[in-house]
Amino acid sequence: MNFMSNKIAIVGVGESDEIGKVPGKSSLQHHAEAAYNALEDSGISIDQVDGLLTAGYSSMVVAEYLGITPTYTDSTNVGGSSFIIHIAHAMAAIRAGYCKVVLVTHGQAGRSARTKAVADPAEPGAQFEAPYGIINAPAAYSMAASRYMHIYGEDRTRDAMAEIAVATRKWAQLNPKAYLRDPMTKDDYHNSRWVAWPFHLLDCCIVTDAGGAYVITSAEVAKDLKKQPIWVLGAAESHDHAIISQMPDLTSPISKNTGARAFDMAGMGHSDIDLAMIYDSFTYTVLVTLEALGFCKPGEGPEFVANQRTAPGGDFAMNTSGGGLSYTHSGMYGMFLVLEAVRQLRGETGARQLTSPKTALINGTGGYLSSAGTAILSV
Amino acid sequence: MNNYKKIIPIPQGESEFYWNKTSQEQLWLRKCNRCSEAYFYPRDISPCCFSRDTEWTQSSGRGRLYAFSIIYRSPNQGFQEEAPFIVAIIELEEGPRMTSNIVGVDTPSPDKLRIGMPVTVVFDKITDELSLPKFILAKS
Repeated sequence: MNFMSNKIAIVGVGESDEIGKVPGKSSLQHHAEAAYNALEDSGISIDQVDGLLTAGYSSMVVAEYLGITPTYTDSTNVGGSSFIIHIAHAMAAIRAGYCKVVLVTHGQAGRSARTKAVADPAEPGAQFEAPYGIINAPAAYSMAASRYMHIYGEDRTRDAMAEIAVATRKWAQLNPKAYLRDPMTKDDYHNSRWVAWPFHLLDCCIVTDAGGAYVITSAEVAKDLKKQPIWVLGAAESHDHAIISQMPDLTSPISKNTGARAFDMAGMGHSDIDLAMIYDSFTYTVLVTLEALGFCKPGEGPEFVANQRTAPGGDFAMNTSGGGLSYTHSGMYGMFLVLEAVRQLRGETGARQLTSPKTALINGTGGYLSSAGTAILSV
Repeated sequence: MNNYKKIIPIPQGESEFYWNKTSQEQLWLRKCNRCSEAYFYPRDISPCCFSRDTEWTQSSGRGRLYAFSIIYRSPNQGFQEEAPFIVAIIELEEGPRMTSNIVGVDTPSPDKLRIGMPVTVVFDKITDELSLPKFILAKS
């Protein structure tokens, strides 16, 4: 098998028809609309889809809803990073011959769903963390941030979190699909109410209704399609705990491991990356992930993001969609990192388009800083 | 007790002993006899060595504040009624880390807490059968 025939490409991307506040549409409807739009973007018929990967719902539920009978099925759910991890799974399955055209779907009516999922009371988190009020992501991530502040300094950490919130909003102002597009100043950030100290409201991602999907396939299929294939050069996954008290080091997430392996597989270094799409469940998630990925050393994140370096016009392009902080965050946001990276590499992002980016790094974080998936894409 | 609105843990087979002991105002940990490390949360086969040679050991109930957050907004009504309240990760003297609440701090604010502070276990009886181990700031 020669190298070319072994290559894997993302060939179609799409969101659901409307994202943001979409009352009346279920999570599954967001899956289906996004799948339809991603397949249309690729020019591939649903009849050719023989692999289905999803998270949240079982792939069995989604396949029935879409009306397909896949020969490869994968419902790996390790939180919001799942859809980046699915890139690696799709690559492995295609190369092993289990399928040729993989559809990866996400849909979540995070804001408008008429029912809420209930945690299994037998899980350790339900027994040993929830009874204390650790029942959502802000409670867990804010504890990790408190420890970072203790080790590396509260004021400089706070400044960095403000820089990230403001820079991300500037990108959102250039994205017509972004949920929050009003201007934001650092004063707005500092004056926003507390959610879970050390997190202000503007440290936290938004909650929206949204779906997203992408189509991933072999070079052989990709070569005849209408759009430029976006190649997968590296992909890696891991997790090192589930509940926050069991995280080995609150200031060093497992992205340190997945990032290094993805770079190694791609044969690239940090200076080769033109765009970084970093899961921003919270401003702190971005800060600590940049360090874990090796863009800077532990504790140096605050200098790395200072002076609006990640904003439009800055010299480190990051989260150009406006991120989970301002563009969309349905609950498991990772899917939307992939969509933005592919569109930037294709040159389809309008007012926020970077100048001819060649490579993008995507890093998803899931659970309570628990899981990570890193992928490196290129034109 | 009947009007307790927050989340009540449901003991599982491996953790019944733990919850029986907290209702007697004692904190017990599971310990691996292969490496002599105590671990949290309790399970019969150890996560450190994947060993079946494990047993219960009583914790001193002393530890240090490892990380904390002050919760102002909670999706659960029972917790929201008590906001702001402190959630924390405690590093116990025996080594393991567990989550809990810091109680006994009037009007919680970050200047009243410092990571590394010594803490001591107390027990909050939430039902006739169950008490939650929580922590107070130690005198020293």
